[in-house]
Amino acid sequence: MDLEYTNKVLEYFKNPRNMGKIDDADGIGKVGNPVCGDVMWIYIKVKNNKIIDCKFQTFGCVAAVATSSIMTEIVKGKTIDGALNISNKNVVKELGGLPDIKMHCSLLAEEGIKKAIEDYRSKSKT
Amino acid sequence: MIYLDYNATTPLDKEVLEAMLPYLEDVYGNPSSTYAFARKSRKAIDEARQKAASFLGAEPDEIIFTSGGTESDNTAIKGVSFARLPKKGSIITSSIEHHAVLNSVKSLEKFGFECKYLNVDEFGLIDLGRLKDYLGPDTILVSVMYANNEVGTIEPVKDIVRLCRDKGIYVHTDAAQAAGKIKIDVKELDVDFLSLSAHKLYGPKGVGVLYAKRGVKFEPLLHGGRHEKNRRASTENVAGIVGLGKALEIARSRMDDEERNIRILRDKLQNGILERIPEVKLNGHPDKRLYNTLNVCIKYIEGEGMLTHLDFEGVCASSGSACTSGSLEPSHVLLAMGIPHELAHGSLRFSLGKYNTESEIDRVLEIFPPIVEKLRSMSPFWNGK
Ligand SMILES: Cc1ncc(COP(=O)(O)O)c(C=O)c1O
Ligand code: FES
Repeated sequence: MDLEYTNKVLEYFKNPRNMGKIDDADGIGKVGNPVCGDVMWIYIKVKNNKIIDCKFQTFGCVAAVATSSIMTEIVKGKTIDGALNISNKNVVKELGGLPDIKMHCSLLAEEGIKKAIEDYRSKSKT
Repeated sequence: MIYLDYNATTPLDKEVLEAMLPYLEDVYGNPSSTYAFARKSRKAIDEARQKAASFLGAEPDEIIFTSGGTESDNTAIKGVSFARLPKKGSIITSSIEHHAVLNSVKSLEKFGFECKYLNVDEFGLIDLGRLKDYLGPDTILVSVMYANNEVGTIEPVKDIVRLCRDKGIYVHTDAAQAAGKIKIDVKELDVDFLSLSAHKLYGPKGVGVLYAKRGVKFEPLLHGGRHEKNRRASTENVAGIVGLGKALEIARSRMDDEERNIRILRDKLQNGILERIPEVKLNGHPDKRLYNTLNVCIKYIEGEGMLTHLDFEGVCASSGSACTSGSLEPSHVLLAMGIPHELAHGSLRFSLGKYNTESEIDRVLEIFPPIVEKLRSMSPFWNGK
């Protein structure tokens, strides 16, 4: 298989930002990739409708690590609505592209953050 | 660079390269031409054929040169089947074959042949009892690999032949991984067809052998000129065939020494990994296994990530992870062995060869555990056990 990752993807894979979990997270998004079986968990901390911290854990490939890592950077400091507007396309663009067969991995990052916000909202209602 | 992917391919032996060079430069005559100059090419092929025959314990006229393991597999499987037409029949293979065999067999379903796939146990050994049940009056061919490329398990080919022999059923074995590592004698094994590939044993890519026992009936895959006694048309790949012959000659004379050295290194790598990294599963048969192959599942993490970190360090290996497969399906071999999807995801294969050294293994044992630790620290399933 032809797997040419951009240097930026490899750099984020090698030194992932915001990797790990947030013990007192306000929202957790747990998503799985039905295509390859990979799993990603995204944690957010919210204050005044803003995402003040965001971390990820993943059982996934190089592209999954890189996309989730850069996603956490992008949404940090954004409002909830701002974060909801980020799509996997933004993430892929930021990384300078992904091999075609790896596009689905970037969906995990988008779904993960959406799920985490959903989780936060359902908790803050009660 | 530390190359630990010899089951994928091997570097070309320098002696092999030297043997080939004249046939890439000055000795360019077409072996089918009649003048003295071309007879040099013909003679080189004859000598290589003799070497291949000696290597396998076969007769020279039982050796057919092909473009590699894939073509040899295709020729045996489709050739036997098409020779039966318009009658059909049933073909039996295992579920852990290389795709060169699996997809050749599968393609015959379209032509109305019946195809059956043998299960394997947790070690990758085929189920001989099931094979007995599958064999029937319309079985025409059983194709089971000599040794598996991913986990290294060595199949009981001789027992398979014993079950088929008196029923007049042909047996083919894909020996692409066994050849050059295990001594093979086709007379003793008594198979009808056997495939091997030069680039797995320090020869060039794009050339291989199909052994076809005298008297077996099969339709050629390539029709054309009268090459290879009408069994495989196309002007011979002279340099490749010479290289293959040389590689087989070298393998035959040095196999025992190589086995000893490589086994020591493989065992060192295996024990080192099992000692240093918790929650690792060894794949393949504990002892009926190629002495150069180590396949493990590193629980809670994924293979492409491990391979990429190893690559950063200059180490070449491979994985059966879904993420590396191109099809996003984990290895069919590991799944057939009953290994769950998420475990197969963290599989890693190291396959060693004659150019590896102890210091390379030491280096891998130094850098690999921290890679696993790093990836596990990222995994939601690890929890710092
Ligand atoms: C078991 C097995 N069979 C067949 C092949 C195909 O051989 P080749 O690459 O020469 O076509 C390989 C290697 O890729 C193999 O490992
Ligand atoms: S997440 Fe499995 S292929 Fe990327």
